[in-house]
Amino acid sequence: MSYQGKKNIPKITSDRLLIKGGRIVNDDQSFHADIYMEDGLIKQIGDNLIVPGGVKTIEANGKMVIPGGIDIHTHFQMPYRGTTTVDDFAQGSKAALAGGTTMIVDHVIPEPGTSLMEAYDQWRQWADEKTCCDYSLHVDITHWDDSVKQEVDNLIKDKGVNSFQVYMAYKDYYQLSNSQLYEVFTFLAERGGIVQVHAENGEIIAEEQARMLQMGITGPEGHVLSRPEELEAEAVFRAVTIASQTNCPLYVTRVMSKSAADIISQARKKGNVVFGEPITASLGTDGTHYWSKNWAKAASFVTSPPLSPDPTTPDYLNTMLASGDLSVTGSAHCTFSVAQKAIGKDDFTQIPEGVNGVEERMALIWDKAVTTGKMDENMFVAITSTNAAKILNLYPRKGRIAVGSDADLIIWDTDSVRTITAKTHNSAAEYNIFEGMELRGAPLVVICQGKIVLEDGKLQVTSGVGRFIPCSPFPDFAYKRVKARKQLAVLRAVPRGMYDGPVSEFSMSRGGTPSASARTSPTKQPVRNLHHQSGFSLAGNPAACGPPTPDEVPIRPAGRRIVVPPGGRSNITSLS
Amino acid sequence: MSGYQGKKNIPRITSDRLLIKGAKIVNDDQSFCADIYMEDGVIKQIGENLIVPGGVKTIDAHGRMLMPGGIDVHTRFQMPDRGMIAADDFYQGTKAALAGGTTMILDHVVPEPGVSLLSAFEQWREWADSKSCCDYSLHVDLTEWHKGIQEEMETLVKDHGVNSFLVYLAYKDIFQLTDAQVYEVFSVIRDLGAIAQVHAENGDIVAEEQRRILEQGITGPEGHVLSHPEEVEAEAVNRSVTVANQTNCPLYVTKVMSKSAADVIAQARKKGTVVYGEPITASLGTDGSHYWSKNWAKAAAYVTSPPLSPDPTTPDYLNSLLSCGDLQVTGSAHCPFNTSQRAVGKDDFTLIPEGVNGTEERMSVIWDKCVVTGKMDENQFVAVTSTNAAKIFNLYPRKGRIAVGSDADLVLWDPDVTKIISAKSHHSTVEYNIFEGTEVRGGPLVVISQGKIVLEEGNLHVTEGSGRFVTRKPFPDYVYKRIKARSRLAELRGVPRGLYDGPVCEVSVTPKAMTPVSSAKTSPAKQPSQPVRNLHQSGFSLSGAQVDDNIPRRNTQRIVAPPGGRANITSLG
Repeated sequence: MSYQGKKNIPKITSDRLLIKGGRIVNDDQSFHADIYMEDGLIKQIGDNLIVPGGVKTIEANGKMVIPGGIDIHTHFQMPYRGTTTVDDFAQGSKAALAGGTTMIVDHVIPEPGTSLMEAYDQWRQWADEKTCCDYSLHVDITHWDDSVKQEVDNLIKDKGVNSFQVYMAYKDYYQLSNSQLYEVFTFLAERGGIVQVHAENGEIIAEEQARMLQMGITGPEGHVLSRPEELEAEAVFRAVTIASQTNCPLYVTRVMSKSAADIISQARKKGNVVFGEPITASLGTDGTHYWSKNWAKAASFVTSPPLSPDPTTPDYLNTMLASGDLSVTGSAHCTFSVAQKAIGKDDFTQIPEGVNGVEERMALIWDKAVTTGKMDENMFVAITSTNAAKILNLYPRKGRIAVGSDADLIIWDTDSVRTITAKTHNSAAEYNIFEGMELRGAPLVVICQGKIVLEDGKLQVTSGVGRFIPCSPFPDFAYKRVKARKQLAVLRAVPRGMYDGPVSEFSMSRGGTPSASARTSPTKQPVRNLHHQSGFSLAGNPAACGPPTPDEVPIRPAGRRIVVPPGGRSNITSLS
Repeated sequence: MSGYQGKKNIPRITSDRLLIKGAKIVNDDQSFCADIYMEDGVIKQIGENLIVPGGVKTIDAHGRMLMPGGIDVHTRFQMPDRGMIAADDFYQGTKAALAGGTTMILDHVVPEPGVSLLSAFEQWREWADSKSCCDYSLHVDLTEWHKGIQEEMETLVKDHGVNSFLVYLAYKDIFQLTDAQVYEVFSVIRDLGAIAQVHAENGDIVAEEQRRILEQGITGPEGHVLSHPEEVEAEAVNRSVTVANQTNCPLYVTKVMSKSAADVIAQARKKGTVVYGEPITASLGTDGSHYWSKNWAKAAAYVTSPPLSPDPTTPDYLNSLLSCGDLQVTGSAHCPFNTSQRAVGKDDFTLIPEGVNGTEERMSVIWDKCVVTGKMDENQFVAVTSTNAAKIFNLYPRKGRIAVGSDADLVLWDPDVTKIISAKSHHSTVEYNIFEGTEVRGGPLVVISQGKIVLEEGNLHVTEGSGRFVTRKPFPDYVYKRIKARSRLAELRGVPRGLYDGPVCEVSVTPKAMTPVSSAKTSPAKQPSQPVRNLHQSGFSLSGAQVDDNIPRRNTQRIVAPPGGRANITSLG
């Protein structure tokens, strides 16, 4: 097992647990069997299992036993301008477990200009101290240069990170240019990483924000008015284009609108390797609340991309999830208190962004998608757990009930009905964006690392038991196709005779600013000289004297002239 | 006639009188048989048994189609490129246009970045006035963006009869504007009532791809198309549609070269965007397979941006979209260079000057591909070759229609003539014709420009310098009726709320924006959000009237709180 070493790892005591009479639900099938767990692993699955005496036994009574949920997108304990989100790793992962999620994947957000590695270590430290369930980390790339490149390389090789998020929004802060995106995508495609994008056109948002404020719109409605869903769709489209160009698997975080989902769906139909992640908020509620007269309530919905004011959006996204056009679900759980949100009381652009959803995710999707008949329980497992495990390359350790997999399980009660309210939720925030919503379906028993953490409505979590689960690069789920395409994508030049006709005089400078281009993209001229100027060198490099490898063969060797028809043409530029 | 710009040596339009008898007059809405009488370059009478002065020159049409002369909305005659000049100047170019049945061209003024728009405009006027053989008008390209450009645009619209400006999303570090700049340009264009034209390709990705392709040792013209994949074109079209929607600005996509780009335009129109797509002769008539030709000079002759698509089904697809109205206008983007000029890029495809021929072939290629095949009728043909262009650019009905009072720019069309296109017989000066060997059915029999016969019995009689600059007014109805209605609806309102009076968290003072310098440099017109907000901080000022006096202040909105008041509006609920 590849657990990362941790100083004070609480010894996983020899917990033995038997679940009898459950209906096991994986993403591919459901079947009746008993499950025996020991030391946090599933040891046996079947009927009439031979188990040691005195084992604690849970009678499932035919209820569904499903793999614990994986919330692939959280922001616990996230620093924001000197404050921190109200749910730290303890509070956040507790809420997760209460809702049936047994693993979370948090985002490391380095300040632009600071080291990725240091930020990663910081997040590891915070999470190791406090998390109550297993976790992994995405690392966000908030600026791009050679040292970042090196750090990304190290994070992939040594630190168990295989996914990196880039921002197309937050102009002059996190936002990367198209050229930088191209470079990041190219680099990660080589190293087997997954590119995640925060897809919104930051340039236009900045313009729109200025316009809104100029018009005197300063409340939370300005947030959604300055970030129309077209800007989300546009950025998704652009990201798909770059990913397709660089043959890099793409993962779109926070799919919030119908148009963005449509672009992803279209791209998948065209063969792009792209995954879309709607979040609890976009699946469960809409953006009409931004117009609430209660400022604090309206502000609690502020997140980016914003919730769509179109009330048909949640239903649409649930359908896309059911049809497989969207692949995974997260919560983007990132909660601020009202006092923190009030930083932007006079200016919506200053409101800290983020909504709750880690606790509600599983029940909400069950209610919206399974009870309505959009998807069956197997698809439910796929989009709440299995697909995420596959993308993170943690499958089948996570995301499946199988012998040898981690004992992260839920006994799911399809009949329980609960009303969501901030009064009873496990988050520390004063508002819950799903306030008053009645949901059918809830976890009855939650088992994390082979231990019961939720039973009879009682939550018993232990802060700090959560382990960091390293993710390795080149997940098959994404990269099998990418690798096959790479082999096909070799480009060839046309073998031609040399052009030997007249050449016009011209001036190199196009009147523009060549210095700017030299900075961002290494100039073409030097590259060319390396390859074509001359077939040999005087510099006595012995390696160059041997028979040239295919790479070193000049592209237009003089020998190619033989393609000219016998008798020859004096000038290949003649009309033909 | 109103609207002609004064010209020093304008050749007096002599009292040419012309009668065409027995023609089938084809407009975009209907066809009918009538005689037509012209005088002083203007259509004076249409009907039967016209009463005309004696001794008028008469052409007997024998029931053939008489159509409005073609309008080529996109030419680049005499275009400078790195010290070279495109092979066809305004004389050669307009001569070729007339030979093909096009009686008006719209050329692009391309100011070098750093050069004033007005002086570039004057330069183009001078070139065109001295050489052009048919009426012309000018688009102005915006190759950089700052406050001064905005003022020059206003002057061009108000005083110089320009109503269309082109921005580049490609040519990184030369012509390319950022998204934020494009947003600002579109906002200005909308306020001026002009048309935003866009060269749609993602220049950032193209630059990266060019580098990658060169690194792989691919230096020939095939590298051009490999580094400009059609997805990159579609992406930029999609982005410009987004910005146009956001700014409520009419959009015109020049050089639609690929199926995917056309699809994005078609989809956007279905969603209600005011967007027009311009395929060109090249994309309607040939494809990008020739970039792999073993003849370097031939391959190089096809180099243009966006490139011709290597997908051979593209021309047919674009012709279909033109027929169903998803694409509306056609140009040629005629900008050919001769082989020795192209050879500047013989070792590096990125240096090959870009542009293809097509002004002469445009009408015949479309007739052959669309009308002969039954995709469109002759009325739609008139729409896409002439009328729509006149409407979009506010020349209608002076141009683009056969009606009393319209200019006498006419073509008598022969649907049966067949011709094989060849560089040996074309009117352009370049050695290659990208349609070489293509057999097209349909061509002009007689061409009348400014009321004078310029093509008859295969003989071309053009007069250098006779072309007039035609001014265009802003706010063309065809485009702006919808835009105006939408801008009335698009007013946004804030939510009247009580003031938030709960606790506020302390924050460190570091602003959200880390590097304001870079944004300030690129977009001078934009206000950083902070200063804008400060205007609202206080309800009054000692310095008299403020620009934002019309904006309602938040403190007046307190009255919307319920009578009796709520102690704390942040209470749950």
